[in-house]
Amino acid sequence: MTRSGWKLCLSAVCAATATACAIQPEAVPGPAAAASPAPEPARLPYSSTYQAGASGAPILIRNATILTGTGTRLDGGDLLIENGRIAAIGSKLTAPDGAAVIDANGRWVTPGLIDVHSHLGVYPSPSINAHSDGNEATDPVTAGVWAEHSLWPQDPGFEAALRGGVTTMQILPGSANLIGGRGVTVKNVWAPTYQAMKFPGAKQGLKMACGENPKRVYGGRQKAPSTRMGNVAGYRQAFADAQDYQEQWKEHEAKQAVFEAKIKPDATPPKPPKRDLRLETLAAAMQGEVLVHNHCYRADEMATMLDLAAEFGFRISAFHHGTEAYKLADRLAADGVCGALWADWWGFKLEAYDGIQENIALVDYPDDGCAIVHSDSDEGIQRLNQEAAKAMTRGSRAGLDIPPERAIRWVTSNAARSLGIEAQTGSLEAGKMADVVIWNGNPFSVYALADQVYVDGVLRFDRAHPSDQPLSDFSL
Amino acid sequence: MKVRCLVAAFAAANLAAGAACAQDLLIRGARVHTASAAGTLENTDVLIQGGRITDVGAGLAAPAGVTIVEAKGRALTPGLFGGLTQIGLKEISLEPSTVDAELELLAPAWQHHWRPEFDVTPAFNPRSSLVPVARIEGMTWTMLAPLSDRSLVAGQGAAVTLDGRFDAVLGGSRSLFVNWGSAGDEGSGGSRAAQFMLFDQAIREVRQPETAGEGALLLPEGRAALKTYLAGGRVVFRAERASDIRQVVHYAKRHGIKPVIAGGSEAWLIAEQLAAADVPVLLDVLDNLPGDFDRLGARLDNAALLHVAGVRIAFSNDDSHQARKNRQLAGNAVAHGLPWNAALAAITSGPAEIFGIGNDRGRIEKGKAADLVLWSGDPLEVTTVADQVWIAGQPVDMRSRQTELRDRYLERLRSNSVR
Repeated sequence: MTRSGWKLCLSAVCAATATACAIQPEAVPGPAAAASPAPEPARLPYSSTYQAGASGAPILIRNATILTGTGTRLDGGDLLIENGRIAAIGSKLTAPDGAAVIDANGRWVTPGLIDVHSHLGVYPSPSINAHSDGNEATDPVTAGVWAEHSLWPQDPGFEAALRGGVTTMQILPGSANLIGGRGVTVKNVWAPTYQAMKFPGAKQGLKMACGENPKRVYGGRQKAPSTRMGNVAGYRQAFADAQDYQEQWKEHEAKQAVFEAKIKPDATPPKPPKRDLRLETLAAAMQGEVLVHNHCYRADEMATMLDLAAEFGFRISAFHHGTEAYKLADRLAADGVCGALWADWWGFKLEAYDGIQENIALVDYPDDGCAIVHSDSDEGIQRLNQEAAKAMTRGSRAGLDIPPERAIRWVTSNAARSLGIEAQTGSLEAGKMADVVIWNGNPFSVYALADQVYVDGVLRFDRAHPSDQPLSDFSL
Repeated sequence: MKVRCLVAAFAAANLAAGAACAQDLLIRGARVHTASAAGTLENTDVLIQGGRITDVGAGLAAPAGVTIVEAKGRALTPGLFGGLTQIGLKEISLEPSTVDAELELLAPAWQHHWRPEFDVTPAFNPRSSLVPVARIEGMTWTMLAPLSDRSLVAGQGAAVTLDGRFDAVLGGSRSLFVNWGSAGDEGSGGSRAAQFMLFDQAIREVRQPETAGEGALLLPEGRAALKTYLAGGRVVFRAERASDIRQVVHYAKRHGIKPVIAGGSEAWLIAEQLAAADVPVLLDVLDNLPGDFDRLGARLDNAALLHVAGVRIAFSNDDSHQARKNRQLAGNAVAHGLPWNAALAAITSGPAEIFGIGNDRGRIEKGKAADLVLWSGDPLEVTTVADQVWIAGQPVDMRSRQTELRDRYLERLRSNSVR
């Protein structure tokens, strides 16, 4: 590796920590280079190589029932897609020259669905020993691992999820560990590498886990943590270590600044601290560069985690699974934390014993409530719309009056918000990525099927043309 | 909402009161999905006396003292099948002290590890928290199925009614459960071929007990139990791969066993043979991915293909806590090509027939036990809920621990939240 390559590598990885990055030696262009035309920036290692693909002629979807993902429903609505983006939404839009016009009368249009909790690719089908890549269950804190480095793009689950209208998902490490590593957000497109699926610019997630799983995995080995209090001590120590790590880099940064000011002409450059991938990730979480996604079932444990976040100055983007989130719905809303939840799972372990079917609706209820329907399942991800429909129905039966235009947010814009990609996708608004699903009817029905799924304006699934549907290598 | 709650509470109270003085009931003006050859009957009345359906028709006269329920056109179906589950045999899956579904004797794997005499039904607890959770969603019965990781033969189970009675086993439903294919690997030394070898040995021990010496698979009690299944008994084979299903069917028939296939991901590949041999299949409709190499042929229209070929089907997601999801399985089968009536049958009359209780349950017709569900809409739709469930003519209290939790926290949230 060349010297400049190494620098790039460093800055790529530690894009993680603003501190750490700031103190890396200048990456290439010196004064001379700056005068010449800017060189093509080299690709950062592990970064996205996703290409939206040729979007072709504009597409005008006409006369559909549109759920925008912003809480609005348009009956007889039109949606115009141009250059991979949503160009306009409204009624009686004019088709640009050469546009393909789709008559969607009787059909429904929604944003592409987003699943914030998937293990596709890291626990792929077939679920056999060689494919067990989701839990680095060798230490309770493995913050240095990245789910994307386990991700097998040939998981047939991806194409199945696409048939269910899922255009974006976050792939997370499993929950064996207190801090399991980084998650990755991908576009659901067939590609031979994960880099080519990676959502451009999306921040990574950090998977943390409360409760039974870590203490069972490590307690069973007579190793910490074996209790919930052991869990909390484990997170706290890890973040305390990361604070110390941040301090070391800050000190180094100060020394580097002195060196660069050339106060002493003969000074030698200071030696940077050794990189620690675990602590780098935790520092990144404290900087907000990596978004914390916390597997946590019980309300009391969620409250503990909110205190942990306050102690170390990080934000929890979403609690995942949260079968007891409804007990804490007002607190979650007040703190701006989303609840990424199942519609009706319960009872498979004690911390899931209090799961109720109104959980999502109750988390959605407060003014700033951010409810998300997630799957954590290669089956559930194929029909997030049905899961949302069940949750909507239970909420409505409990008197909360949740129309489809509100419930669709649980699998679109709220999900995008928790992944930090809400400016790009998750709703049908002019300028956003044209991630769009045309359903053959009301998606809040068990009978609904996706007719067409667009990712960045490119038709990636068309039910009418089975031979054109994506197929993983494994499915051949 | 408050009004709706009050109405529901009032209705439930009314029904309970009605049941206390007389359990006779006339459900008027329903869209009756009979799950029988009669199909769907619009604006129809169903009369229930002594816990049984005594009449089905339009404009039935209300006998004196009968409680009247106005269905107002809502759908009425038979009580639904909860699938193969461990309802009442476990509370929390990961807490062994609450699980009674599996026999794990500490003998070496090769020694006396076939215990077909193991019968899970005495462990059934009708007061389990899982019972009301399933019941208020319309699941009125389930098939208790023993589980087994280590042994090819999991043991015996039977159908139980979920009305909360202690003696809940439904007569005629007793079945033996056997794991096949890769699911039975651990109990057969790692090769599915050995599953036939071991079965051959067990059958010889039953037929020629004098040969069952040192190293026998079965104890005398096991021989007695297995013997009943070799005389036309029902054996549920968990098998997914087409080649396994085919072998199992041949094998079972050769030894006088009445096979039922559970799983059957690749059953569609041999649908015609299954139809010809009249072997029913229990499916998880949503199991469409190649979860292992036994299921490479899994597909969403398995149910539709089997139905077209004339195979008897029933649905089970084999999930005790989520038995209520069986209804969603049926809806998805419709979305993927199964006729609606066939999908309803696959969670009512179909499984009742398969498990030997079809004479008594699974259809809305005269003489059948009055296990009924009145729905808020299309019974297979995810936006529909059960408005009222009756089991043997008794109205079910439409509450569970989950509804109690909901009510407690909904109230709290409403009083605390700014909105």
